[in-house]
Amino acid sequence: MSKFLRSYRFWITVVAIAFMAILPIKASGYILGVLTMAYYFGVFAMSWDLLFGYAGEVNFGPTFLIGLGAYGAGMLNSYTPLPMWLCVIAGAAIAVVGGVALALPALRLRGPYFGLMTLVAVLLLLQFIVIFAGSTGGEIGLAVPDVLSISTDANYYYALVFMLISGGILFAVSRSPLGLILQATGQDPIAAQAMGFNITKHKLFAFCLSAFFSGLAGALMIFYLGTASVNTVVDLAVAIQIIIAAVLGGRRTIIGGALGAIFLIVAGELLRPIGELSNFVVATVALLVLLFVPDGFLGAVLKRRAGL
Amino acid sequence: MSLLKAEGLSKRFGGLVAVDKVSFSIRPGEILGLIGPNGSGKSTTMSLVMGIVRPDSGKVLLDDVDITGWAPHRIAKQGLSIVFQHSRPLHRQTVLENIMLALLPDSLVRLIADPQVEAKARDIAARVGLAEVANQLPDTLPFADLRRLELAKAIARDPKVLLIDEPFAGLTAPEMHAFSDLIATFRSEGRAVMLVDHNVKGVRALVDRVLAMYVGQKIAEGDPDEVMSNAKVRSVYLGGSLDEPVIKTTAMAVAESAKPLLSVQAISVHYGKAQALDKVGFEVHEGEFVSIVGLNGAGKTTLFNAISGFVPYGGDIAWDGRSQHGRTPGAIARGGIVQCPESRELFGDMTVAENLGLGGQRLPKAELERELAWLFELFPVLGERRKQTARTLSGGEQQMLAIGRALMMKPRLLILDEPTLGLAPVVLDHISQALEVLRKETKITLVLGEQNVTFALKHSDRIYLLEHGQIVWQGDAPGFIREAGERYL
Repeated sequence: MSKFLRSYRFWITVVAIAFMAILPIKASGYILGVLTMAYYFGVFAMSWDLLFGYAGEVNFGPTFLIGLGAYGAGMLNSYTPLPMWLCVIAGAAIAVVGGVALALPALRLRGPYFGLMTLVAVLLLLQFIVIFAGSTGGEIGLAVPDVLSISTDANYYYALVFMLISGGILFAVSRSPLGLILQATGQDPIAAQAMGFNITKHKLFAFCLSAFFSGLAGALMIFYLGTASVNTVVDLAVAIQIIIAAVLGGRRTIIGGALGAIFLIVAGELLRPIGELSNFVVATVALLVLLFVPDGFLGAVLKRRAGL
Repeated sequence: MSLLKAEGLSKRFGGLVAVDKVSFSIRPGEILGLIGPNGSGKSTTMSLVMGIVRPDSGKVLLDDVDITGWAPHRIAKQGLSIVFQHSRPLHRQTVLENIMLALLPDSLVRLIADPQVEAKARDIAARVGLAEVANQLPDTLPFADLRRLELAKAIARDPKVLLIDEPFAGLTAPEMHAFSDLIATFRSEGRAVMLVDHNVKGVRALVDRVLAMYVGQKIAEGDPDEVMSNAKVRSVYLGGSLDEPVIKTTAMAVAESAKPLLSVQAISVHYGKAQALDKVGFEVHEGEFVSIVGLNGAGKTTLFNAISGFVPYGGDIAWDGRSQHGRTPGAIARGGIVQCPESRELFGDMTVAENLGLGGQRLPKAELERELAWLFELFPVLGERRKQTARTLSGGEQQMLAIGRALMMKPRLLILDEPTLGLAPVVLDHISQALEVLRKETKITLVLGEQNVTFALKHSDRIYLLEHGQIVWQGDAPGFIREAGERYL
């Protein structure tokens, strides 16, 4: 049964990837542009799910990590002669360092305090960018000299391949022994410790991994957009959208995060004609899912298949 | 030569001394039973040994290594395993994967499990009797198998010492035997085992030695028979000798035809797969004092929680002739059934006066003042400490405050769940006197849940004996001594 399921899922995945890969042949540049953004968002949501779904920590500030990666890469690109790809990697590294600096003290706290600290971190980063507007571009944004590509198709494929690789790695980690230990940690920290696991170490590692992919995605995204602005990579509204995407898609599934992100971004675009109401409709859908399908889209499907 | 040794372990929580200079040691191949009623500090002792709670003073030695104050994961790696009472497996993983989890190294770099892990996990599954269900999800297993899974996880790391919390809670008699045989095999393997349970009865067949605790202190140690016949232990469980004529035969004449105030009709409660109550029925008439006695784990608290609407139940509960189904806990409490819970549930950061004020929230100001004055007469110490936060009170004062807060709600029926829990004898006398006042000077109907039988006999008009979730005896106090006293311990 489990073998059959695995192959079932495997073929669905293959078909989905093939569909996404041939999409540029037919789809318009506008659709591709929307999906490109959705794929980056997918990585944000998947990284977030590793922390929430597995380690059991609610990170209210995914945009702290994303913002560090994006602005780190963008400012290096603006003010140093480093090539773009080095800036991207440096951005991811900055996100990891910043993430560790935040997580080390925050993971000592219990209950809601971890989440509150991550929230405060976003506000601090936001203030920092606004205060040092001279170098960061402030609220107007920071134009970066380099871009990934000027071809819509190429940008689409960069984002797609990046999402597939990140998703693959995060999914593999979640299914590895480490993922198992993280789940145990999130579910019952005392029992996990009594089984001999240093839960702080494992949580910190999960945080680093989450920070790395968030930072990397943030950095790549600004080189796709050509600018870094607080509204796209730091603002709390973005953080909330990532969280909603991950929860909609399905907690503790990793892949669900990507599905949720694509759904949210595409739905937002489809509803654009109704103006401000679109946010309201999307929020209502999110609320209904939280109330009636708390496991999210993918979580509900998996549960039904497991016969529970 | 001892494998596990504790020397003078002590732990305080605020004004409450949970563990007071407890020492013991366990040799390889020995099984020690740590017993004591709820609140005696046995669970805290276990947490101190495992490192889940840090001791204020004292030492823990594992195979001559001082592990005092270590983090739990280091202690686990040093060779100590714990079997928790409640199983919380990973629900999306199979039984086998859950056991494999316990076999994984505490490492970040080994992302692929050692291929031998699976074979090892299968061996362990076979050993604890889970081979047949190894590929199933935990949610599909019966309760007894979930306990086996917990045991499997604990022995996965080949520990030198095993701590097992309430090994037989919720198991049927044949399951208990099988589980007991399993634990006995650790003896020949030279592991040291500590079983934690409420009473000697549960563990007597299995243990080599018993250590009894009460109010945080060790009160007896020796072989099971010695401990059971120890006068101090008997007085803790029975509250004194049953032969003493402490009984007042004040049983009220309750007219047979009178309609009961509270009528519990064949209610059953399940926690997941474990059955906590099995068709329990009893009645209480206006003005009566009824006791539900039973050892810890018999189902008293569950019964009270069903009456208060905290847990769903099958069967029916009628209050003043009306079914209580579908009423919220809040509505039930406002309707006149007030519970003073075993765990007290005080608001620790609020003062005595604030806790009492919350209880009397719905009273008009003048009445509130009158009630407070009356209460401070009943428990003068609460009056003296009205500005002190609840957390800093001693155990006895906290219990008085809990009763006081319940009284401020002006109950028609007051349920007291183990008010003697973890209290020293001198404090018991205070509570006892207060109960007599309530019984004689107020119209409040009282239901008392107790494992301390003497305490219950002293006050009750009628008594029900609860065992393994069933009412097995009912009658008055003299009848209890004649018929049920001996089977109780």
